[in-house]
Amino acid sequence: MQQDNMTKPGMRIEALFLLSIALFVAVITVVYWFESYENSGTVMLLAASLLGLVPGTYYYWWSRRMLGRPEDLDQPEPAKKEVVIGAFPNGSIWPFVFAMGCASIALGLVFGLWLLALGVIVVISATAGFTAESRRGGSV
Amino acid sequence: MTTLEEKALTSQEVSAELTDVKSRHFEPSGLLNWLTSTDHKMIGKSYLITSFMFMLLGGALALVIRLQLASPNNSLVTLHQYNELFTMHGSIMIYLFVGPFAFGGLANYIVPLQVGAPDMAFPRLNLLSYWLYLSGGLIMVLGFFVTGGAADFGWVAYAPLSNAVNSPGAGPDMWIVALLLTGFSAIFTGVNIIATVFYLRAPGLTMFRLPIFTWNMVVVAILILIAFPVLTSALVMLYADRHFGTHIFEVQGGGVPVLWQNLFWFFGHPEVYILALPFFGVVTEIIPVFSRKPLFGYKGMLFATLAIAALSTGVWAHHMFTTGVVLLPFFSLMTYLISVPTGVKFFNWIATMWRGHIRFDTPMLYAVGFLITFLGGGLSGMLLAAPPLDFFEHDTYFVVAHFHNVVMALFLAAVGALVYWYPKMTGRMMREGIGKISFWFMFIGANVTFIPQYILGLRGMPRRIVTYPPGIGWHFLNELSTIGSFMIAVGALFLVINFWVSWRKPIPAGNDPWDGHTLEWYTTSPPPHHNFDRLPIVRSERPVWDVKYGLEGAAIPGHSNSNPPSSVKDKDHADNAAG
Amino acid sequence: MRRLESLLANINSHRWLTSIVGIVGAGLTLSACNIPAFGAYHGSTLQGHDTFKLWQGFMIIALIVGVIVWGLILWSSFRYRIKPSKSRPNNPDSSDSRDSENSLPRQFQYHLPLEILYTVLPILIVAVMFYFTVVTENEVDAVSANPAVRIYLTAFQWGWRFNYTGEGVSVVGNYNHYPQAVLPVGETVQITLVSSDVVHGFYVPAFNFSRYAQPGVTNVFDLNIRKQGIYNGRCTEFCGLYHTEMIFSIKAVSPTAYHAWLSKQQSKTRTKS
Repeated sequence: MQQDNMTKPGMRIEALFLLSIALFVAVITVVYWFESYENSGTVMLLAASLLGLVPGTYYYWWSRRMLGRPEDLDQPEPAKKEVVIGAFPNGSIWPFVFAMGCASIALGLVFGLWLLALGVIVVISATAGFTAESRRGGSV
Repeated sequence: MTTLEEKALTSQEVSAELTDVKSRHFEPSGLLNWLTSTDHKMIGKSYLITSFMFMLLGGALALVIRLQLASPNNSLVTLHQYNELFTMHGSIMIYLFVGPFAFGGLANYIVPLQVGAPDMAFPRLNLLSYWLYLSGGLIMVLGFFVTGGAADFGWVAYAPLSNAVNSPGAGPDMWIVALLLTGFSAIFTGVNIIATVFYLRAPGLTMFRLPIFTWNMVVVAILILIAFPVLTSALVMLYADRHFGTHIFEVQGGGVPVLWQNLFWFFGHPEVYILALPFFGVVTEIIPVFSRKPLFGYKGMLFATLAIAALSTGVWAHHMFTTGVVLLPFFSLMTYLISVPTGVKFFNWIATMWRGHIRFDTPMLYAVGFLITFLGGGLSGMLLAAPPLDFFEHDTYFVVAHFHNVVMALFLAAVGALVYWYPKMTGRMMREGIGKISFWFMFIGANVTFIPQYILGLRGMPRRIVTYPPGIGWHFLNELSTIGSFMIAVGALFLVINFWVSWRKPIPAGNDPWDGHTLEWYTTSPPPHHNFDRLPIVRSERPVWDVKYGLEGAAIPGHSNSNPPSSVKDKDHADNAAG
Repeated sequence: MRRLESLLANINSHRWLTSIVGIVGAGLTLSACNIPAFGAYHGSTLQGHDTFKLWQGFMIIALIVGVIVWGLILWSSFRYRIKPSKSRPNNPDSSDSRDSENSLPRQFQYHLPLEILYTVLPILIVAVMFYFTVVTENEVDAVSANPAVRIYLTAFQWGWRFNYTGEGVSVVGNYNHYPQAVLPVGETVQITLVSSDVVHGFYVPAFNFSRYAQPGVTNVFDLNIRKQGIYNGRCTEFCGLYHTEMIFSIKAVSPTAYHAWLSKQQSKTRTKS
């Protein structure tokens, strides 16, 4: 049992999930096109199919090259030591600033260019803030 | 409770331990926390409260609409005001309440807890989503205060009514940019949910052990990624038509107005399931817990969800049957087919209750209320799926009744979700008594409001009309509908009172007030920063149940019991599981 | 196992299937009088009457399905309800019943035959419904090659223009003065529907029919009116400020009366010009 676990590929279900969406929508796309010859719907369906296909193929490619992660296994080995799951940032003001910049751009589209310019400046500075901040943050 | 906790801890000795980061964590309070906290629980609560506020606003607009329609030849509001009212009612409820409440609020709070993650995968993106959503929402609502008023072309904004000639002014533009902002917010949240579930699950929590609520949120996230970019690009085109002189939706310049309907409904129908699936998930969490049984047909439920989502990408033109330019049989068949997985879900829910020990605490009451109300909406949906029938029901109050029946069911489930997870979020119980009063007002109100509208639709009352003459048999039913809508409002008032009472006089909830099944009930209420100090070993889709009812082997590594544990006395169990 | 068999027997479905098929067949073949109208118009056109028969059949299916499923929901709610004990489960002091193994219900989770049954059954129902949908749809959408009367109907903000093709007669009206078109009973009237500005909807409740009038799209449909009378119609698709008032009516008269009305209109037009 444990042996099986260790060789069981990771991310497999995730990959198949995305690929099955891609496959289903692809079938729908073909049926729809030959039934209707209508452009807009076919294009949108095709795009939706690609949306599943692109990440799905990537995951599938990986799933054949990686071992199962603990969350992929039915019976994972209990962790022997502390596990670092990932880095999670502390609180940050920049998402708020970034969003206010976006809102300003949006309002600029309605009320005038000066709001748009202001928004662009705010968004750029928020991006800078974001980037600088990414060096900090703790791990869990 | 104490004994259970101890039992849980002793079975935990082999579980993964998490690094304690509390010492490194800095948490501001109050306003600054709202602005800056990247904790998914804080963002989730912000989403829930904000969307609840928008719901109250949208509901208030609906009450004005109902008052206007309560009597014939009424002139409570002007024609223009009425158009603004129903446009903004629909827009607020669809774009700012139901969706953000579900995938912004509930998913944000619950999904990381259910998968045993410390936070969402991209916490700062998550915070950005929230602020994009709130600023978009405010911009949309502020449209009421500019010259010319808010958008007044219906929440579907059919071209060419939504062009610069027919709908001039800043209000419609604000509606467009608001949807751009909230659209990006939804897309970011979708990405976040998928990444969280794919990468941050607890050890042993395979995809086929995920709680159905979390699964549904993954599917919803995929649908968001399919649907919202289409809406966003359609809105950009609409904006270009209005301001840059393009003619994408204008016949005069060689454009195609029907293209808008195609684009909009390609977003719009998956959107319906973006709204519905989270609440299917909520009900799927509540019913097994209060029936004290595992979910019947877990895998069937899962594939039903996937089937609904997949089919929902191919049904958009059933909103366009009467345009005369769509492929009727194709869309009709696809629409019928969606009822099959939905039916499977219903039978699974019923079979979960079957021979259970059902406790009718408030969340369960809401869940059953959802089942009963949603079935009405589902059946009338079947009647609408036939193009010939749609020809006379389309754009009448029959359709209005159909989708309100559906969304009122979702609303009941939403309140159920609030009551169900409120103890986890706050550490307090809501009052059962007030909750039940609130439920009965909402449930009866929902049906009194919308069942008369079915009949009105069959009698030929079109939607979006501001008034009607007396003596054609519409008055009484409209009056009834208005009374019902105020009953819903009273129910909502009791809900608010319930919040207030629990805030003033808290009843401590403990970690696991409902005898829950999934990981969120394993941590404290409210959970600490980064959620879990320890995680139980996951060997089924009911890890916390396994710990509590602790069947031998459930927590022992190497024991291959992937089926949910059952009562030891139950000899039939093995047969059933095998069957 | 026996319990599940009895469960199965409760939702035994083959019987239901036969009766459903039978009732749909009956609904579509029998005359409409025997079955309730379920609130809908009987359909004053041939097309509308076909739609009406479909409606009756579907309502019966919907009601049967609804009664079964609602019944199951309510039955399991009441039958398997546990009286709330004095001790709430979150009360740490209580020796709550759930602590004893005895009070746990049986933890069954899968029953493949049952699941297949309630997947296949809806598919069968849906197949039947789809078949009758397509049949009716073809009847309703059929367009005659040589109709007796041709109307070119233009919807605009906020009114209607009925042009009697080849007759030199037109009926126009807007939200101040609703137009009334006169049409013959028992003959095929072919309407070509367009819009000169935004999307409108041509809807006559008594005909059980509506169709969008859209810029850039020309829709053609036939109406065979069965009974004389005045039928009110209106715009269904929201089209701006006076959407509510975008009303018209159709006066259905005998062919003789129709031709008399037509020549009267023609002479009126001539004297005017």
